[in-house]
Amino acid sequence: MKFILSILIVALVTYAVGIYGNLPWWSFVVTNLMIAIALPIKPAQSFLAGALGVGALWAGLAFGIDMANNHILSTKVAQILPLGGSYSALILVTAFVGALLGGLASLTGSFVRKPA
Amino acid sequence: MRIVPFLVSATVTAGLVFTLNIQLKLGATKAPRLGYFLSPQHGFWKNAEGVNKNFDASILANDLKGEVDVYMDDRLVPHIYADHDEDAYYVQGYLHAKYRLWQMDFQTRVAAGRLSEVAGADKLSIDRFFRRLGMVYGAEQTEVFINENNPVMKATVDAYTAGVNAYLKELAPEDMPFEYKLMNFEPESWTPQKTYLFLMFMSYDLTGRSASADLQLTNTRDYLGYDLFDQLYTNQQDSLDPIIPIGTAYADPSIIPMKPLQSDMAYLKKIPNVDIAKIVESPEAPDPNNGSNNWAVSGSMTKSGRPIVCSDPHLGLNLPSLWYEVQITTPTHSTYGASFPGSPAVIIGFNDSLAWGVTNAGRDVLDYYELKFKDTTQNEYWYNGAWKSVTKRVEVIKVKDSADVIENIAMSHWGPVMFDAYYQNPQSKGRNLAVKWTAHNPSTGVETFYQLNRAKNIDDYSKAIQLWKCPGQNFVVATKSGDIAIKQQGDFVARWDRQGDFIMPGEDSSYDWQGIIPFEENPMIKNPERGFVSSANQKSTDASYPYYLGTASSFPLYRGISVNKQLSAMSQVTAQDMQALQTNNYNVFAEQARPALMKFVEMNRLSKDAQRMVQAMAQWNLYNHPSEKGITIFKLIWDSVENAVWGDELAGSLIPLTKPEAFVLLDQMNRDSNFRVADDIRTKDKVESLKDQVLAGIEKATIQCLELEKENKLTWESFKATRVLHLTKIPALSRLNLSIGGGVNIINATGENHGPSWRMVVHLTDEIEAYGLYPGGQSGNPGSPYYDSFVDYWAAGKYYRLLFLSKEKLKQHERTKWHIQFKKAVA
Repeated sequence: MKFILSILIVALVTYAVGIYGNLPWWSFVVTNLMIAIALPIKPAQSFLAGALGVGALWAGLAFGIDMANNHILSTKVAQILPLGGSYSALILVTAFVGALLGGLASLTGSFVRKPA
Repeated sequence: MRIVPFLVSATVTAGLVFTLNIQLKLGATKAPRLGYFLSPQHGFWKNAEGVNKNFDASILANDLKGEVDVYMDDRLVPHIYADHDEDAYYVQGYLHAKYRLWQMDFQTRVAAGRLSEVAGADKLSIDRFFRRLGMVYGAEQTEVFINENNPVMKATVDAYTAGVNAYLKELAPEDMPFEYKLMNFEPESWTPQKTYLFLMFMSYDLTGRSASADLQLTNTRDYLGYDLFDQLYTNQQDSLDPIIPIGTAYADPSIIPMKPLQSDMAYLKKIPNVDIAKIVESPEAPDPNNGSNNWAVSGSMTKSGRPIVCSDPHLGLNLPSLWYEVQITTPTHSTYGASFPGSPAVIIGFNDSLAWGVTNAGRDVLDYYELKFKDTTQNEYWYNGAWKSVTKRVEVIKVKDSADVIENIAMSHWGPVMFDAYYQNPQSKGRNLAVKWTAHNPSTGVETFYQLNRAKNIDDYSKAIQLWKCPGQNFVVATKSGDIAIKQQGDFVARWDRQGDFIMPGEDSSYDWQGIIPFEENPMIKNPERGFVSSANQKSTDASYPYYLGTASSFPLYRGISVNKQLSAMSQVTAQDMQALQTNNYNVFAEQARPALMKFVEMNRLSKDAQRMVQAMAQWNLYNHPSEKGITIFKLIWDSVENAVWGDELAGSLIPLTKPEAFVLLDQMNRDSNFRVADDIRTKDKVESLKDQVLAGIEKATIQCLELEKENKLTWESFKATRVLHLTKIPALSRLNLSIGGGVNIINATGENHGPSWRMVVHLTDEIEAYGLYPGGQSGNPGSPYYDSFVDYWAAGKYYRLLFLSKEKLKQHERTKWHIQFKKAVA
């Protein structure tokens, strides 16, 4: 239950701190850490919760934007980065970067307190 | 707390954040900050614009005097309706920024020599070049002059600037244009000086070729000697069809430029000098094909009885485009056309009463003077028998991730000393060279367009263009009332023959410019008997014009012949006929050069493959259509013959020299004389004739043709591979391999990355019938469907009907899509 709750809170808070473009893009790393401290779960679960929360959010946002854009920009960026012009690969890379950082941040937080 | 795992995990996390927050190397360039770039709420995803985006908006702007309504049509062209002129320019600035901010910033950074500040030390040589050429200096002169003398222009540019900055103020960081995120820098406030810098850049683009050409010509003359030079780089063009028809009489000149005594020895035939100095790379010189077509046909030639104006400026083809379409309507005037993001007003367009267009005049307005400094401090130089002091202009170039670079530019009375002990390139060969350039003088160029936007008749047109100084242009005009005219206008130097083609001695005032040709004496023609006026960058006049126009290499010959030939044969002309003419692919150069080549061909002396290629060339229909192969073969053969003929003469030089113009060889072939330059001077045992060189050239070209044939690339479109390049040259942001014909010497002057950057046809009927488009799109955002929406249509030679309507009519027009309202905030 705390696991599911963690995912939801991570996604929600990541989205919330992302609305203000003046905050750095990595603000969710700090908030994930704090959420993991406030809601202690096992380290492996915590990593997963952070990764899924941020990864799913980023994947969902990117996917939604990309659909509305008919892949115009993603196809170009996927040539610059270089991902062979594949918009799906670019969405996956986006989600992976978010997930990895989100997971690591939550993992770090999970070491602060023992789960109750 | 589990200290060790915590520390390990925290370190890894922080390390990853750090890594994703810096610019890593990606090949030769730097990647964006990946974490930031990929973040869907901060990075590039925010620039992926919904294809069904609604552009309606309501904007509060306290700087406005009244209200402004902007209606956007289905091509995202804004139609600005303002109660006050200044409000209209405020909104134009706002919209330029909204759709083209990064481009405006980037282009003016190039002009100001501030590229290194955001792109790093790689760009330092480009920045140093523009600083030392006096780009900032020139923009400052104009700014001071306008602020002190021209309140109306000051108010116009200030309003424009305020509009740009109003947009910047409301721009959230996550909505910054894509390229800022990619290159990792941030927008900065607009200033009037940036507008003047942008116009300086246009002066450079259209007259700056002399900055490299004068050095190359000097080196070529030094290498060949003046007599051979004058033969190969002759100014005599046998087939010239000038802008002002041959035989037109000119008034006596008011300035008679005197050639300095001894200049044949001291200037034209200087002793060769072969020192090679340390190398500094210069930016690419402006494209020699920067030019344009424009013409106007009178009512006597058209079906409707009303004149038609056509204009297509040929410039580098870039995304975002140099141009942005706009309609501006205020109580004082109503105008439509192509504007420059970075400058107020419409640059090429039309209003209720008339239409105008421009082509480049090509006249030489930039000269080098060689200085002798007293010592290495470069504080004094020898002038008229005495040491004269310079002032030093200090320019600081900021460099990303590196220390500032300081340029101490010696300012002589000629102008800035561009090349000296601290700045040299292979062509400058260690000389101290001061630049004298009309673009350094204060310019009222913005006012020319401001007035053209409001002009009602030929007199207004004349008053407007009289203010124009640099870059010299051929202004074509036609009015609803039936007048047509063309005038070459700008500050043109009254030159003696060959003055300024080469570096001039800087120690002697007799080499100075002896005056600027008065406005009245610049070439003009109005309502000529032949029913049309035209220009295509050829020489404006025949040799009876009393002033020296400049080297022939500045004046492409064949496009003008083509335009005039086609127009002369037309009657009952419609706007559609004019579109067909602008996109005409006929190759008048090949029409003359192919028979000249064929005269020398002896089939039995050629290989089987070469025979096949010659036959394909001979059967070609002389049109540079996308699918033709004959033009590719012709071009390769012609280039190869030129190399065979000229290559040996120029090969021994340590620095690259430019080839003579195509007409020189063609005229020689047609004269059928014993052409001694044809001999390959590297073969001592025999004397090659022109025929030997033509046959050798064909065999060489055949090898290239066969290779292309194997790769299926012999068609003109695949050989030419026309592309519209993003300003960063990143292929993914560009449009490559467009299917389009045309080329050099063709009215449809579309080259590899160069060509008609805006095509416009305006029929001056009671309700104006206008067509136009440019190879780009109204949005500068690579993530917008409007980024390149005109490109395919442009390549196909099609046109959009331009909407030029009153507010009431436009509001209800079926093509009107969105409404942006600008209001003052309620206090």
